[in-house]
Amino acid sequence: MEFKTFLIKYGEIGIKGKNRYLFEEALVKQIRHALKAVEGEFEVQREQGRIYVHCLSHYDFEETVEALKRVFGIVGICPVVVTEDHGFEALADTVVSYVDAQYSQKDFTFKVDSRRARKNYPKTSMELNCDLGEKLLDAYPGLRVDVHKPQVMLSVEIREKIYIYSRIIPGAGGMPVGTNGKAMLLLSGGIDSPVAGYMIAKRGVKIDAVYFHAPPYTSERAKQKVVDLARIVSRYSGPIALHVVNFTDIQLYIYDKCPHDELTIIMRRYMMRIAEHFAKETGCLGLITGESIGQVASQTMQSLAATNEVCTMPVYRPLIGFDKQEIVDVSLKIDAYETSIQPFEDCCTIFVAKHPVTKPNINVIRRSETKLEEKIDDMVKTAVDTAEMIWVE
Amino acid sequence: MEAYLDNSATTKCLESVKDIVVKTMTEDFGNPSSKHLKGMQAENYIREAQEKIAATMKVNPKEIYFTSGGTESNNWALLGAALANRRMGNHLITTAVEHAAVLQPMGFLEEMGFCVTYLPVDEQGTVRIEELRKALRPETILVSMMYVNNEVGTVEPVAEAAEIIKAANPRTLFHVDAIQAYGKYRIYPKKLGIDLMSVSGHKIHGPKGSGFLYVSEKARLRPLILGGGQQKGMRSGTENVPGAAGLGEAAAEAYRKFEEKTAHMEMIKRRFVEGVTRLEDVTLQGQTADGGGAPHIVSVSFRGVRSEVLLHALEERGIYVSSGSACSSNKKLPVSTVLKEIGVEKDLLESTVRFSFSAFTTEEEIDYCLEQLQALLPVLRKYRRH
Repeated sequence: MEFKTFLIKYGEIGIKGKNRYLFEEALVKQIRHALKAVEGEFEVQREQGRIYVHCLSHYDFEETVEALKRVFGIVGICPVVVTEDHGFEALADTVVSYVDAQYSQKDFTFKVDSRRARKNYPKTSMELNCDLGEKLLDAYPGLRVDVHKPQVMLSVEIREKIYIYSRIIPGAGGMPVGTNGKAMLLLSGGIDSPVAGYMIAKRGVKIDAVYFHAPPYTSERAKQKVVDLARIVSRYSGPIALHVVNFTDIQLYIYDKCPHDELTIIMRRYMMRIAEHFAKETGCLGLITGESIGQVASQTMQSLAATNEVCTMPVYRPLIGFDKQEIVDVSLKIDAYETSIQPFEDCCTIFVAKHPVTKPNINVIRRSETKLEEKIDDMVKTAVDTAEMIWVE
Repeated sequence: MEAYLDNSATTKCLESVKDIVVKTMTEDFGNPSSKHLKGMQAENYIREAQEKIAATMKVNPKEIYFTSGGTESNNWALLGAALANRRMGNHLITTAVEHAAVLQPMGFLEEMGFCVTYLPVDEQGTVRIEELRKALRPETILVSMMYVNNEVGTVEPVAEAAEIIKAANPRTLFHVDAIQAYGKYRIYPKKLGIDLMSVSGHKIHGPKGSGFLYVSEKARLRPLILGGGQQKGMRSGTENVPGAAGLGEAAAEAYRKFEEKTAHMEMIKRRFVEGVTRLEDVTLQGQTADGGGAPHIVSVSFRGVRSEVLLHALEERGIYVSSGSACSSNKKLPVSTVLKEIGVEKDLLESTVRFSFSAFTTEEEIDYCLEQLQALLPVLRKYRRH
């Protein structure tokens, strides 16, 4: 028995009142996008508060399910058998052979859960539950009915056609991307930032990204690694506009003018400023970083306050309370880990002081920054003007 | 301007090589094993390539076996010789500064129960030849030594080693990794007492994925790649005809006007060394420090400069060089084992860059590189990690 249709179950977006159709449209769009890269021809159909994926040609079941599992907003993916209505006996036969094909061991508890969306069907859903259950018990004496905690919940939906399914493959959850505006991700080559981007995208937010490149201190391969990471995030978030900023001159200027132990903090303040510039320019509503309290010197509460101070937009830090291992777990789950651990230097570590300040005083930092007044505005402008935009999908 | 000074990593393919590769891919594309005319034509390319290569080494064309490159040649020579001769003994000798394509198979042989001695080197990377004499045992079946060190360009005492090995036991096989030496030196295995010799195509302006192993008629070697019995059953798999034909052409070309080419490389190297030693705080590594070493490799340490940063800074100016060995630089800790073995001080380990030339490197390229180095070094030294 081959499945030609998937029923897509979605949770949270079902309850968003009058906005519901917006969410559904976004979900359909994201599903279509995800299936573009999958072998085969698909039709995504929205009908009576349901979304179906119809497989119109030969397709690969596993590949298709994997692609659907990456779409935010999907709670469950149900492989469905669709049959025409040829009367109850024909339906009963189909249900019996469905169970035969799906379960080799017929010794489980079950419950038939019928829904009669087409009200002119001759049997009510209660009658259908009983009658189909009886047919199954007759066919497979090892089965038992359990209406409270069945091992198998067999759903039969009577619509224009009849839909039979019993398996729900868990989806990614969250909200369809595109339903919650856009944010600018500060993407480095590390483990944390791609995970942060993934987590915000999960709440329906579109992602753009900015990467700070510092040649010759960081290499072309380091940049390629960031593009690769953006591509991994884009499998969940959809296309990403990646802004690559040449940060070398700013970094060296700070090195020349400011105390070395404040270098990282001041550098990060300029990164935030530049990221916010791009965020405003492209209609983003916030910034996203992969920071987590206390992970490194620049992520202590004091350091976070010091970097946060230069932003006027909200800065979303979805990993703020995560331990490293928890971040690694998500990174592994989204297949970013292997790329993240490639050993290329990123621009935050190249001039890092032996003992960077861990409790920066904002006033001291501000005073240090005044030493940059002569050239820094021009340098920031140049960095912004010469940034390269890479479209990643 | 562009200056490609990374010829020990790989070289540009010659036009004549490209032509023969294209021809054997698109016109004479037969399978040498096919019985028809197309097959015979392809077989002739293989035979011609063997003849061309054999002529450069004064050996029998039948002693040339084509492989996928230097790494396969080294793997086959070591594993094949060890497996074929294990009844004679289980001891092998190599040096501490070999390429990973020798050290890794040696490690594998150790896992299999063979015993391997790694000869120490002096501060220039030259094998302490007295140690070889001491290490040889009646049960030594194979000695493997590189001709030219790929990282520092040091030339190993191959002839002397052969003499010592054969005097101790004529049946002990001698393998030479000549991947960085072939085309730069005239190497005659039969006169020297070399039984097995590895060569790679793309280091001599040939195609990547091509190489050969010279196997003396007298040497016993077990085939590692088994199958349809091609190359006398010694290396199965349909011959890489374009690779072999291209390699044959590259080999012949390498030894055409040979003296002229090596003289040119020597001149280029001298020009570079003179210029680079005029810069502040530089140290030459290997035999180059004493005016010796291979004509195409210069390893230089720049104190206070990280080699990777220098590499990328030069890259921005169109100059391509290597930090350590290109084959070993993609590891977590890209510190060269060769530099460590020759006792380079810790501060310089990550500050050493390899410049490698070819017969086509020009004086302009050298001068441009020196000019850029002079401008870059003070800047790079100013900004450093604290």
